[in-house]
Amino acid sequence: MSKEEFGFETIQLGHGSGGLMTRDLLDKIIFNTFSNPYLDQKHDGSIVDFKGKIAISTDSFVVSPIFFKGGNIGELAVNGTVNDVAMCGAIPKYLTLAFIIEEGLKIDEFITIVNSIKKSADESGVQIITGDTKVVERGKGDKIFINTTGFGDVNTKAKIAAEHIEIGDKILLNGYIAQHGMAIMSQREGLEFESTIESDTTNLNFLVNDLINEFGDKIHLFRDPTRGGVASVLSEISQDINKGIVIYEDKIPLEKQVAAACEILGLDPLYVANEGVFLVIVDASISDDVLLFMKKDKKGKNAAFIGEVTQEHPSKVVMQSTIGGKRIVTPLIGEQLPRIC
Amino acid sequence: MKYLTEYRNLEATKSYLELIKKTATKTWKIMEICGGQTHGLVKNGILELLPDHVQMIHGPGCPVCVTPLNLIDKAIELLEKGVIVCSFGDMIRVPGSKKSLLEAKSNGGDLRVLYSPIEAVKIAKNNPDKEVVFFAVGFETTAPANALSVLHAQKEGLKNYSILVSHVLVPPAMEAILDDKFCNINAFLGAGHVCAIMGYKEYYPLAEKYKIPIVITGFEPLDLVQGIYMAVKQLENGIHKVENQYSRVVKEEGNLAALKVINQVFEIGAREWRGIGEIPNSGYVLTKEFKDFDAESKFGISHIKVPENPNCIAGQILRGIKKPHQCNQFGKACAPSSPLGAPMVSSEGACAAYYHFSNNLISE
Repeated sequence: MSKEEFGFETIQLGHGSGGLMTRDLLDKIIFNTFSNPYLDQKHDGSIVDFKGKIAISTDSFVVSPIFFKGGNIGELAVNGTVNDVAMCGAIPKYLTLAFIIEEGLKIDEFITIVNSIKKSADESGVQIITGDTKVVERGKGDKIFINTTGFGDVNTKAKIAAEHIEIGDKILLNGYIAQHGMAIMSQREGLEFESTIESDTTNLNFLVNDLINEFGDKIHLFRDPTRGGVASVLSEISQDINKGIVIYEDKIPLEKQVAAACEILGLDPLYVANEGVFLVIVDASISDDVLLFMKKDKKGKNAAFIGEVTQEHPSKVVMQSTIGGKRIVTPLIGEQLPRIC
Repeated sequence: MKYLTEYRNLEATKSYLELIKKTATKTWKIMEICGGQTHGLVKNGILELLPDHVQMIHGPGCPVCVTPLNLIDKAIELLEKGVIVCSFGDMIRVPGSKKSLLEAKSNGGDLRVLYSPIEAVKIAKNNPDKEVVFFAVGFETTAPANALSVLHAQKEGLKNYSILVSHVLVPPAMEAILDDKFCNINAFLGAGHVCAIMGYKEYYPLAEKYKIPIVITGFEPLDLVQGIYMAVKQLENGIHKVENQYSRVVKEEGNLAALKVINQVFEIGAREWRGIGEIPNSGYVLTKEFKDFDAESKFGISHIKVPENPNCIAGQILRGIKKPHQCNQFGKACAPSSPLGAPMVSSEGACAAYYHFSNNLISE
């Protein structure tokens, strides 16, 4: 589909009116792209089958800019929700897809986003089963917002819950941190800097599911440290389980260019957002095997052991610095603010 | 990373910590001037690695922390007048007398967070029907870029760009601290990046007059422990001179190109410091030639004056008289999510640094 075939250069208010223009947009772009037995029924909703327990997660995506190095808002909207379902120990199957579009969005951009959604959904094995499209007046949105809700079958071998975490459990990360946040930051107005840093947005469901199949209930928790970064997620976990967590600065996987950008901008990579990273907390007995297993996978090749759960300093995360000092890692307060000098 | 990892080396840092332990025979109180140094000390856990009798006192060199309440209220007034206000990031959450810049933004103000004032000039160029003001806070370090933005705007013939100046200078602050009757500081770690611009000749008379060692120091763990060692060594030997630990960045004469730009746009004048009050000849003001770029006179906001929050002891913290955890409000009424004063906002601020990183909290 191109803008010529569609007949408009930009999204108009009428495309969200519920009338013929809406139908045209849905038929030509949405249904055409995502065609599947559920969506082809063209009902207000879909009826689907599930066996046993299901995991459900919802997320809204408002990233600016909507196109960034390594991806766009469409890929994020799929991968973000797919990963949240996967972190529950489930195999994502279905996604709902809702757009809030600002009047004037270029059709070309919308089509690119929709195609990215299709590609990411196919790659992660999920189908779009229902959705919604609204258009708001110019100035009342920021180009496009997307909400997705994901549904997945819980892997029967999974026993993922913070309450299973024990003192001595090991904490591992699947790869480099802070890629996504720094890619976005490098393209924000007023903060632009030249770099080749790309967002790490990707689906993590297959590696997570393979880990559950291999190690079962010895895996105690998965979490993807998106906004707020690794620091905020670990702080939350530590408070939830009322146990201490210690992490080692020199073990945190950090790509050189990202590390340099963080240094220059005065940002702490531990607080920068990720979109293709997960933390896994495992029984100490399988920690080495989990690391080896992850390293064999494309999405875990830079995996690392980064810390452990301790009896000391309950509810607090302490980082051991490269030079042997210690400091508390607190959750992110508001937005991470660049320092003056 | 070249020039960084070398200065985060465990063995080298340890060896200087050992030297400090061996050398220090008495209790020494050393003030690190710069907020970046405070940040480095706590972030790397250096404070707990130092012997008990080598004590670091956190100085006033956090630009956000010393910017007076008046100036924040003035910036907010501009936002509410429909001016595009551009600011460095950590300034925007600092509470003014009623609200912060961030709150003023959520009420509809057009606030832009920038890394460089040159970007603000671009914004002024792209928005010819709007007034654009850069909130020019900071020490000597940020002065060249802020001055350069004015020169750029002048060259472009922009009439809609001005700066709200709150530039302060390090040496007068050091002198004010040393003149305070409660002052108990034995040596200074000079602010590395300030001296990268200014050089360090102006510290010779200070070291001489107050008989106090001043070691110009960098920000990485190895810089900090080496700087502390050099200060301790001087103290133990009864010497008081200016030394340069940060020689890979700082030259005695400073950065001549940057100094030229500063001197073209700014002249020295009186400045108010948050929690300390007005210090004569302690900051930069725009010279007559550039008065058109002075947001205060352009928008008639010079009259705004507000009292400091009486519950906040930022002044005593900034002068090294009290440590953050000695404040009754610390971690209670005052926390990074609800700061009473600026030192709790910026990660360079002593209170926020203590709150985020300090081991004083680990055992709680």
